[in-house]
Amino acid sequence: MKISQITVFLENRAGQLAEITAELDANNINMRAINIAETAEYGLARIIAEDSEKAVQILKDKGFAAMLTDVVAIGVPHRAGGLNDILQIIAAAGIDIEYMYSLIGEQDGIAYMVFRTKDADALQKELADKGIF
Amino acid sequence: MERYYQKEIETMPREEIKKLQSEKLVKQVKHAWDNVPYYRAKMEAVNVTPDDIRGIEDLHKLPFITKDDLRECYPYGMLARPLKDVVRIQSTSGTTGRRVVKFYTQDDIDIWEENCARAIVAAGGTEEDVVQVCYGYGLFTGGAGLHGGAHKVGAMTLPMSSGNTDRQLQFMEDLQTTILACTPSYAAYLTEQIVERGLKDKIHLKAGIFGAEAWSEEMRHDMEDTLGFKAYDIYGLTELGGPGVSFECKEQNGMHINEDHFLAEIIDPNTLEQLPNGTYGELVFTALSDSAFPLIRYRTRDVCILNDEPCSCGRTHIRMGKLKGRSDDMLIVKGVNVFPSQIETVLIDKGYKANYQIVVDRQKHSDTIDVMVEMTPENFSDNLGEIEKKEKELVAALKAMLGILVKVHLVAPKSIERSEGKAVRVIDKRKI
Repeated sequence: MKISQITVFLENRAGQLAEITAELDANNINMRAINIAETAEYGLARIIAEDSEKAVQILKDKGFAAMLTDVVAIGVPHRAGGLNDILQIIAAAGIDIEYMYSLIGEQDGIAYMVFRTKDADALQKELADKGIF
Repeated sequence: MERYYQKEIETMPREEIKKLQSEKLVKQVKHAWDNVPYYRAKMEAVNVTPDDIRGIEDLHKLPFITKDDLRECYPYGMLARPLKDVVRIQSTSGTTGRRVVKFYTQDDIDIWEENCARAIVAAGGTEEDVVQVCYGYGLFTGGAGLHGGAHKVGAMTLPMSSGNTDRQLQFMEDLQTTILACTPSYAAYLTEQIVERGLKDKIHLKAGIFGAEAWSEEMRHDMEDTLGFKAYDIYGLTELGGPGVSFECKEQNGMHINEDHFLAEIIDPNTLEQLPNGTYGELVFTALSDSAFPLIRYRTRDVCILNDEPCSCGRTHIRMGKLKGRSDDMLIVKGVNVFPSQIETVLIDKGYKANYQIVVDRQKHSDTIDVMVEMTPENFSDNLGEIEKKEKELVAALKAMLGILVKVHLVAPKSIERSEGKAVRVIDKRKI
């Protein structure tokens, strides 16, 4: 499933991430996943929230550098080789994964992974053709 | 016994110096009036003609020349001699709108080199000496000035230019360099390296002539105590030819201005009125001898004090104190002139906000410059590689503009304090 992810710029200092979560909390926005990428000087927080459009607007209004990015969330069977099956399909299709992280789902027995590729639609279609959603 | 390069002039009684300056000023004003339409127009604008200038007592009637005038006149507008008489140009660093080009006739170059020779002799230099010049060569005046000065003295000159520390130290050891000429920050670095590499017993330095950037007494004592030599200050600016406008003698208490060639004044930068000697103010120079590029009442923006008390070295030329700062927003970092407006231009060009902060500091005697830049929607990306690429482009553009490496720090939008009125753009933590 193609979903919207929020990316927020993080300054490298204590308390910066807490300022972001405080804003989301104040607006009663639930996060489903968060992932941090960092360099020596700064970082990026990548967030999946229940209402990404609203969340990104709130953060922008508060002066954060924030944007929406299309990513694909895929259910991964909770068993050995579950992720490998999916990655083999993606690899065979020659699709380059920029980054990925896990997402909390509500269905037992299935883990969710968020995939970022250049073309979210192409990835979604490739997996859907193989019955993976 | 004190030695001089040009004893008669350097020890000339003050009354005679003033008489000489008056004669040269009258001629120089006439020369500029006749050959520089831009300056003539400036004089006409304040209803002054060369007839009104009969000596240095009339100096205050003349209009000032500023860096903006030079920019306006770039490249040939201030040139007072036909190109066939011009043999050289030198220029300030950088590729900026603030670039200054200075022209020289052969006589201008001879005078410049003589001024540097006076500095070398005042530092104890003779024809027996080995002078290692590690100021940059090329458009920068540092290399050419001290090189020419060492030749005039008859010393053996090592035209090393800047950088390549391994080679600098190798030559210093092998050729037994006695006088080192470079920027004080590079001198401090070399000093540190000499100690680290255990070369202290193998070098033979007796003096250093360090200029092009401000340095502290503490730095001087550090180097002198470590290497057992004497470190002398030298001052100059490209607009006036380069190093050698003034230099320190053995007293190391102020730099003697070569008053036969440069007429110095101290003014209040706000009222533009002349201030008496012994008062801090902006230093203004009139080049009395420069023929190709005759600057009259040129505002240096450097703030210092003039001291006309007699000096034990026997030189009668007035001394200027160490620079106390600037009367404009220009920073001197690693010997390079940096205007915050230049940084601003690059930031805006690269899609960043004009809200930024510059932090200048000095670590291990070497200047550092950091710029805090706010992230903007245009430069933001979900891809760290993209952000880093744009950051590298910004660093490269700043390097191209300023000629020195600037460390960029990306910070969150609106995280740099907005102040009422004039923003605090520059934090200079250096203690000089």
